[in-house]
Amino acid sequence: MSKLNRLLSSIGLSAALLSAGAACAGDITGAGATFPYPIYAKWAETYKTQTNVGMNYQSIGSGGGIKQIKAKTVDFGASDAPLKIEELDFEGLTQFPTVIGGVVPVVNIEGVAPGQLKLTADTLSAIFMGKITKWNDPMIAADNAGVSLPDAAITVVHRSDGSGTTAIFTTYLSQVSLDWKRGVGSGSAVSWPVGTGGKGNEGVASYVQRIKNAIGYVEYAYAKQNKMSYAQMKNRDGKYVKPEADNFKAAAANAKWDADKGFYMMLTDQPGADSWPITGATFILMHKSQGKPENAKEALKFFDWAFSANGDKMAMDLDYVPLPENVTKMIRTAWAAKIKDSNGQVIWK
Amino acid sequence: MTTLLHEASLKRQTVFDLLFRNLTRLAAFSVLALLAAIIGSLIVGSMPAINAFGFGFLTSSEWNPVTDEYGALIPIVGTLVTSGIALLIAIPVSFGIAIFLTELSPRWLRRPLGIAVELLAGIPSIIYGMWGLFIFAPLFADHVEPWLNDHIGTWPLLGPFFSGPPMGIGMLTAGIILAIMVIPFIASVMRDVFDVVPTMLKESAYGLGATTWEVMWNVVLPYTKIGVVGGIMLGLGRALGETMAVTFVIGNAHELHKSLLMPGNSISSALANEFTEAVGDLYTSSLIELGLILFFITFVVLSLARLMLYRLSKGEGQGA
Repeated sequence: MSKLNRLLSSIGLSAALLSAGAACAGDITGAGATFPYPIYAKWAETYKTQTNVGMNYQSIGSGGGIKQIKAKTVDFGASDAPLKIEELDFEGLTQFPTVIGGVVPVVNIEGVAPGQLKLTADTLSAIFMGKITKWNDPMIAADNAGVSLPDAAITVVHRSDGSGTTAIFTTYLSQVSLDWKRGVGSGSAVSWPVGTGGKGNEGVASYVQRIKNAIGYVEYAYAKQNKMSYAQMKNRDGKYVKPEADNFKAAAANAKWDADKGFYMMLTDQPGADSWPITGATFILMHKSQGKPENAKEALKFFDWAFSANGDKMAMDLDYVPLPENVTKMIRTAWAAKIKDSNGQVIWK
Repeated sequence: MTTLLHEASLKRQTVFDLLFRNLTRLAAFSVLALLAAIIGSLIVGSMPAINAFGFGFLTSSEWNPVTDEYGALIPIVGTLVTSGIALLIAIPVSFGIAIFLTELSPRWLRRPLGIAVELLAGIPSIIYGMWGLFIFAPLFADHVEPWLNDHIGTWPLLGPFFSGPPMGIGMLTAGIILAIMVIPFIASVMRDVFDVVPTMLKESAYGLGATTWEVMWNVVLPYTKIGVVGGIMLGLGRALGETMAVTFVIGNAHELHKSLLMPGNSISSALANEFTEAVGDLYTSSLIELGLILFFITFVVLSLARLMLYRLSKGEGQGA
């Protein structure tokens, strides 16, 4: 029975891979990150009704998206963590951001209301390092006068699958804590010093809601839609901020994007009084030299349309933060400069 | 005229027969070819990890995607321990179910009970996983684990295995969910083989004054041991390879704990969790090597079962 199950699931998997390769002609194909999937799907649906051009996006994970675009089976790949410019150049790829989101620490502590708990870079990293093990630790209590913190052991919940959310979260911890940088490091999957792993945002959320005195981290949209109990974070300017769209936008506004570095930018720990410290953008990967320029042109048209006021509104409705207009302008200029067909002709004019 | 027609149809039948024979042969050999292809691709895929870590891969508890160091000890231990717990619970319970259904149950109850067992076997594993996480784990955390902590947790030798924070998820929970999943398989095989024991044998034993237990233990079980071991192996095979249900409740932490209440990881759930986002050759290759190890463990288990059956059948008729 179990062999049959495995056989069946492998058949299903290969069928999915086949369909990823062979979408119907004329449609734009993309694959990758799961975090932006809801907005890409929404954009695709609306775009199809307006232009009759479909966009087929498979949310197979950032790692899968990078592999697929390298293998040229899709028109674009999507990744939550940006690739470094060296890797982009090596693979002949170019990269640009699409939307911004935040990662939110969520807790389940009896007697502590949503947003009541205040955490700093030091306490957050110490909790996830396993150095602070109780909620009433003096380090946490010092930032939380007036909050009754229980004398209970903290259960840390992290992602068990590799994820862009983890990449943003661990990048932040590596930036603010030398201990974390040396002991754990950053990436879409790391060797966690303590804690339990949940699969996906929903796995982490259900563990946190189920285990008393737990702390975890999820995407902002997920925390908001499930009304989870979040924590306030102290940002680089020393202000406590709530995880809200405006604060993510504030973090993005201060960033210095650079098209020549493939827009490589971590929006974590950005300056500004309102900046939410654990913010990140999600990225699209495309080949610089296009064997099928008409497909690339359709893909670029799609994102050009998505960067309009209309597309921005859809993003905000789904709790993503759209890119500021100066950034989308830079992206369009970068398209014209970088993406060419096999004869070296510019595709985006 | 009629003879000619007859010969023609005979010839046609021979051709059909030949075709049919070759088709079945093709079907049978395609299994072998598939098996070889899967083993081959697993070995090729895991070569980078084998070259990098050698046999140290089997004994290292390191699993660090950041520094690109991998070891399989934790998932191997998790797989074996959870499957072991599952069998420890499932074998006696299945034995009880099978005895009751074949010997003791009133006739009108047999069919509904039998159907219930078979239905349990048909439930998709993800349902067990969700039920385990949302219903079983909270109950287990609130009512069973504190009790385990207070009572067994203080014992000298066994204690450390049953102490830890009551989270409801962990190796023990995974083992129990697996037990529930494999019970229907083992129980229905046991019931089927118990059913084929000739009534005359059992009646003779009862006639000699044997109790139900003595009949089961001394007559039915020796008569059906091959089928019983086969059923257990079927269950073990499912427990070793089970992915979704375990992923939900095992806690998915690459940590080695003495306590069964703490989270761990199994080979199949590590694969399910990490494969999609595994970036880098060594990471992917280490995951594929994990798959190869699981394949190997399953192979060894099945071979051991064969060997055991061979030993058993050799000793037949010599014992008391």
